[in-house]
Parts: sequence; structure tokens; C-alpha cells
Amino acid sequence: MSWLKNWTWPSRLRDRGIIGMNRRNIRYIGQYNDRRLYPLVDDKLQTKLLAQTHGVTTPALIGTVTTQFGVKHIGSMLEDCQGFVVKPAKGSGGKGILVIDKVSADGFFKPSGARLTLTDIERHVSNILSGLYSLGGSPDVAVVETLINFEDSLMAYTYEGVPDIRVIVFKGYPVMAMMRLSTAASDGKANLHQGAVGVGIDMASGHALRGVQFDRPCHRHPDTQHDLASLVVPQWDTLLNLAASCYEMTGLGYLGTDMVLDREDGPMLLELNARPGLAIQMTNGEGLRRRLDMVEHQPDGASPEERVAFSQHHFARQSELVEQPEPADA
Amino acid sequence: MSRLPFYLIVGFLLVIGIAMTAHRHLQFEIPWLPGEQRQVWEVEAMVTYNADDGPVAVDFALPSHQQGFRVLTENTASSGYGLAYQADEYGRRANWTIRDASGEQQLYYSAQLLVAPESQAGKQTPPELAATTPWERPYDTAANQVIERAWSRSANNATFARELILDINGEQQGENARLLLTQFDSTELIVRLLQQADVKARAVSGLVLKDGRRRQTLSSWLQVFSQDEKQWWLFNPATGERGKQDNLLLWEAGGQAVLEVEGGSDSRVTFSMLTHSQPAAAAVRNHLSDDTLLNFSIHSLPLEEQALFQTILLIPIGALVVVFLRVLVGVKTSGTFMPVLIALAFIQTTLITGLLGFLMVVAVGLVIRNYLSYLNLLLVARVSAVIITVIAIISIFSVIAYRMGLNAGLTITFFPMIILSWTIERMSILWEEEGPKEVLIQGGGSLMTAVIVYLAMNNPVVRHITFNFLGVQLILMALILLLGNYTGYRLLELRRFKPITDDESGV
Repeated sequence: MSWLKNWTWPSRLRDRGIIGMNRRNIRYIGQYNDRRLYPLVDDKLQTKLLAQTHGVTTPALIGTVTTQFGVKHIGSMLEDCQGFVVKPAKGSGGKGILVIDKVSADGFFKPSGARLTLTDIERHVSNILSGLYSLGGSPDVAVVETLINFEDSLMAYTYEGVPDIRVIVFKGYPVMAMMRLSTAASDGKANLHQGAVGVGIDMASGHALRGVQFDRPCHRHPDTQHDLASLVVPQWDTLLNLAASCYEMTGLGYLGTDMVLDREDGPMLLELNARPGLAIQMTNGEGLRRRLDMVEHQPDGASPEERVAFSQHHFARQSELVEQPEPADA
Repeated sequence: MSRLPFYLIVGFLLVIGIAMTAHRHLQFEIPWLPGEQRQVWEVEAMVTYNADDGPVAVDFALPSHQQGFRVLTENTASSGYGLAYQADEYGRRANWTIRDASGEQQLYYSAQLLVAPESQAGKQTPPELAATTPWERPYDTAANQVIERAWSRSANNATFARELILDINGEQQGENARLLLTQFDSTELIVRLLQQADVKARAVSGLVLKDGRRRQTLSSWLQVFSQDEKQWWLFNPATGERGKQDNLLLWEAGGQAVLEVEGGSDSRVTFSMLTHSQPAAAAVRNHLSDDTLLNFSIHSLPLEEQALFQTILLIPIGALVVVFLRVLVGVKTSGTFMPVLIALAFIQTTLITGLLGFLMVVAVGLVIRNYLSYLNLLLVARVSAVIITVIAIISIFSVIAYRMGLNAGLTITFFPMIILSWTIERMSILWEEEGPKEVLIQGGGSLMTAVIVYLAMNNPVVRHITFNFLGVQLILMALILLLGNYTGYRLLELRRFKPITDDESGV
């Protein structure tokens, strides 16, 4: 029965509190996320403006392109920028996000070193406007933001891209968190299914719990070879408070918040997701079910600080990672 | 949040669906499986008479649904005659009328009768007792003696009738009976004697069905009404045996005349018949459509619309398969119901041709789409260009296939071109963003789903059931609603989340 060794029993998943897609869709997204609030998070421009009114820090907006006519002016908009990100306002799953971290006379450079011309960027923006990356192919708006100067202490854990931190916020309580480290395999993108490393983060301290790449445990970053056990997210409490306050901001009960750490500005909200994925369970080595059940029994009306304190108290975990000796060949 | 209304709706749909399906099966004899053969009798009646140079009205009894038989279709051939069908409590009749006819006339009536052992006659009402006409001497004494003799040897209506038949026609025939028979026809006599004893009885006409017989005539049968069982018993007037043979078709079962001709003479009717087996589905199609609400059936539509509905009614099956594969298994497809549309195309093209055609069109389309992406076009324009490309590919393939003598290649035109174009567009974007592996996963998933949907929709049993039992649609609806309520794991998640369960034993 060797072909069965990659499969497990439903009862074992249930024992570990793992949530499947169907349960997530019906029980959490369907029940706690009001459909009419979706545009707030599906449209990144709206999220950004909303965050600004609620005093939630986000990357600075360079400008937006709303018409094909405006595509021609993208060059002048980008004139003084050293690094920027072009993203579709209604994109999903990281589609259509173009990161340029170096601009020189030769052109624009992606973190991978690939060179793009202004025409390439214009084509990308034009594609965004015509709805290529948006949900349902509807016409879209291109948002240009400043590139985040990400925290030096985390530099060693990532290859090319910006490491972002995903916190699942349920009814305002941060319930689970992970950090996504881009790798060579993921082309600088922080998408786990493309090969980024996911690191489960302890809710209490911000320490790494366990690392996963392609759903398999890993202890080191595959490109930088840096030990994941020493990873600690700085300003963890601030970050959790920022995540928890997104509940008041949007009103969505089951929310995925994507944060980044900026060198100067600290934790920043990058985007929100009303349908956060389930891979976070893999990176934490634990199902969401028990934590969600616990939060469901909490009374409404707690302040963000109280909610964060609750989560830090109840969802504290011990790291599975032990300090690894430096590999002999490194 | 109470789920009670949800389960009520599902339960309601299930009950109605199953009830409708069972009703179709029981009431209309529609079998569960398409392969079942049903025996069908073709009976042709030829009415001949000599017309008296003037207006003629012919009144002819017709068979109805009855125990053992069900009338499927009926036709008449009678050029120049006006025709009307009538039905009353005594049975159905055909009325032929003509203003002016002379010489020998022939009228034809033919019916297809399905042998249906479970079929029952309609509601049976007891007739009024006919007013007894007084006997002339000396027949009154003879009649009374016959009745008394049979009465004393019987216990109820049935045994009384049997004894009476035996006394008149059988071995016990006495001189009273012989005397009466000099004046009266035997069946007529028995009916009259029964009625005199306050037993409701009538003479009916039946046709004994034997394959390939011609110039057959009707025979007389005796029906006695059972007061206890509230139904008619059939007796053979020659032997006194009770019950109906399987091959006896009651042509006229109301105690009326079989044939009445006004304005003609020398009228008679002869029958020819043959039997054949036909697939049950065809027998179903020939059912006379009684347009009641419960018999709401696609079969009352013209043939062309029926063929259309045969396909439309299969789509819920495809939807169910897709829901099953996505919710319970977790297969990724490109476009939710694209596989159903591809499967519908496969039904036209056959599977292998369809698969080859689909792969060729998508492969060539992807190559051309790849070039289009360098042209920096707006989305709508690009997809439109892909549509035209797809049409061009399909045309070229069709022409090449035709030149090479492969007629199967021509069926490629059945593919939904807009859907193919969107598939190519999506696959192309997927390729650029996620790489060829994801294209293979989603494309393979879509194709696999399409093949499974095709196999389900092309299954003769599935086609038969969806087409003939509309109640199944409600059952499908209930199943899909139930699947939409499923919060358990998908099959593929058992593999995806496997690593989490590993370290429990590993560490």
C-alpha cells in the first residue's frame, strides 16, 4: 500500500483541528464575512484609503492609473522613484504585482535582476487596466506604491522579495500568524504554492515555530541557508495590534491581513484578504479549528488591545526549531 | 443559525422527486433500465359494409387501457369520412360519418398495444340492472327452473354464473336449456337469466391475440359484477372458467354493440394482428399523452424539441459531477463549468476524436496566444483575436480532416468556440504566472472532469432515466444542495495536510 503513504485519514486531520476548504467557505467566510464588505478588501486602493482614515500605516501611494490614456504618463510618475511596486487594485493571489527595486538609465530591474523597459511597464499597466489580473476580468485600476525598505534583521531570511507576515484575524482576535519568505524558486514572490518558505510564528513572542517549503518541513532558508530558528519578528505587539484593528476597519469577521515591516515606519498593512488560504495551518503545524472555536465563545465588544492580550495568552506555542549547527560546507 | 428550513427544502425536493419518479414508473410502466424489451401488439380492424347510396354513420367500439394491455397509439384509414372519437362510461368509440357513399366500403383502424402485466382497467362502476323483459310461454317456466337449479347449487354470484353456464352450454345441459337455446343465443341467454336473478351481468367482446393471424373475429365473453369485490369477473361462456387469459384483449367491455352502421348493410369487422418486441424506451415514446399535470412529460413535445431536451436534461448530471469533483475530491478546473460544455461537445464528436480535437485546438491556440501577448493588446481585443484564431484552427482542421477522408474530423465544429477561447486565454495567463506545471494540473483537471462528465452523460442508463423521469431533476437538485452544505475535508486535502499529521509520530 505504498501509494497510500502520502495520504492520511479524515479522523487524524480532525484530531489536529485542521480546517478544510469546504468548512472555511461555509462556516467562516460564509458566516462571518458580509458580502457587501468584500469590495473594501478586494480593491486594494479602497483598502489603502480606508486604512489611511483609520490611521493604519500602509506603504506610501505614488499614484494610480485609471485610464489607458493615463498609461502614457506612467513614465513621468516614476521619474524620481528608486524602487516601486505596480499592482492591480483588484488582483488576487498576488497576480499582476510587479516589483521594481532598482531604476537606472538602462531601465527598470526586478529583484531577480531581469531588466524591463518603460514599454514593458506600460504594457503591464495596460494589462492591469484591461482587467487581465482582476477577479472576473473586470476593468481595473493600477496602483503604484513605494517599495518597502524592509527591516534589516529580516534581510537574511529572504531571497530578493519582501518577507510579509500573514495574520489571520477572527472576530478581531489574531488567531494564527506566519511569515512568508520568498525564495529563488518563488521568483521573489511570497506565494507558498510557488515555493516560498512559510514560517509559523508564535502568537505570544513573534518567534519562529516551524518552517515549511512545498508543504515539507525545512529548518533553513533554501537560498540564504540562514537558520530559521533564530527568526524573531520585531515589534510583534505593534504588528498584532495593527492586525486586530483591521476588524474594526472592515467589519469582516474572518480576515487575512498581510503586513510588512518597514525600516523606518515599522509594521505596515500591505493588503487584506477576505478569503485567506489554509496553508497557514501547515506552517504552524496546527489546525485553526480549536483557536477559532475558542474565539467564537468570547463575548463581543472587546477592544483590540484586550483581544491581542487574549490571543497572546492562549495561543502561545513552543518552537519546534532547535538551533542548528552551521553546515560544514557553508 | 437554524438549518431546519434548509433540510426541509431538501427533504421536500427529495420526496417530490422520488414520488414523481415512482409515479412515472408505476403509472406509465416506464422501466428503470433502457435495455428492457416490451412486447407490442399491432392490431388492425377492418370494417366492411355495403352502403345504401346515402348518408352513413358507423359507430365502432375501440379498446381502452385494461388489465394486461395499454393502448400506445392508434390510427385510422378512412378517406372521405369524418371521424370523431368518443368516450363514455361504457368505453371508447369511433364515429365515422359520410354524406354520400355507395357500394362496398372499407374502414381501417389500427392500434399499438403494449403488453403490460401490471396495467389495470380504470374505475369500474356497477351498471343499473336492465329491466327484465317477461318471457313468453313456455320459456318462462324453463327459465325459472334453470335459475332455481343453478341457484340451489351455488353460494354466490360467481358460482351461480358458473353453474348457469354449465347448465346452458356444458355437460349438465338439460332439456330446459335446450328449449331456451332454440330461441336465444347462448351468451345473450345467460346474461338474461343472470339479470333475472338480480345478478348484474353483460356480454362483452374480446379478441384472442395470436401472432400473424388474419381475418379474426371477436368472441363473446361474459362479465359478472361482483358485489363483494366491486369489480367485474370475466367468464368464458363456453366452459364457465373464470378469469382472463393473458392473450385476450377486451375490444368492447361495456356491454354495447361492437359495430353499428346506419345507412348500410352487411357490416362486419375482421381483425389481423402481429406482435413484435421493441425497446422499452421506444414503447414509452409511443405513449398516448394524457396532458395532466402529473403526466407532465417531455414526450408530448415534437420529436425535434425532444432531442434538444434530451441534452438539456443531462446538464444537471454534469453539474452534479462537477460539484462532486470540486467539493468532495477537490479537483482544480479551469473555469467552473467549462468541463460540462466540453463534455457536451464530446457527446457530438465521440470521446477520442473530441479529446484529440480539443488538445490540438488548445495547443495551437496557446502558441498563437503566446505571440499575441507580445503585441500588447487590450484584453477584450486579445480574446476576440483568440476567438477568430480558434475559428481558423477549427476550419483548417476540418478541411484537412475532410481531405484526408477523416469524416470524424468534421465534428470538431461542435466545440463551443467562445469557451475554447477563454480556456486558451486563461491557460496562457496561468502559464505566464504559475508556470507550465499549474497549466498541466488545471488543464488535466478540466479534461479529466470533462471525460468523467462525458462518461456520466453518455451512459445509456443515465440518459434513459433523466429523459424519462423528470422527478430525477428534483433529486439532483436536492443532492447538489446537500453537497453545498458539506463542511468536511476534500479527498485531496487528505494528501495536502498529510505532513501535519506526520510529526506527531516522527518527533
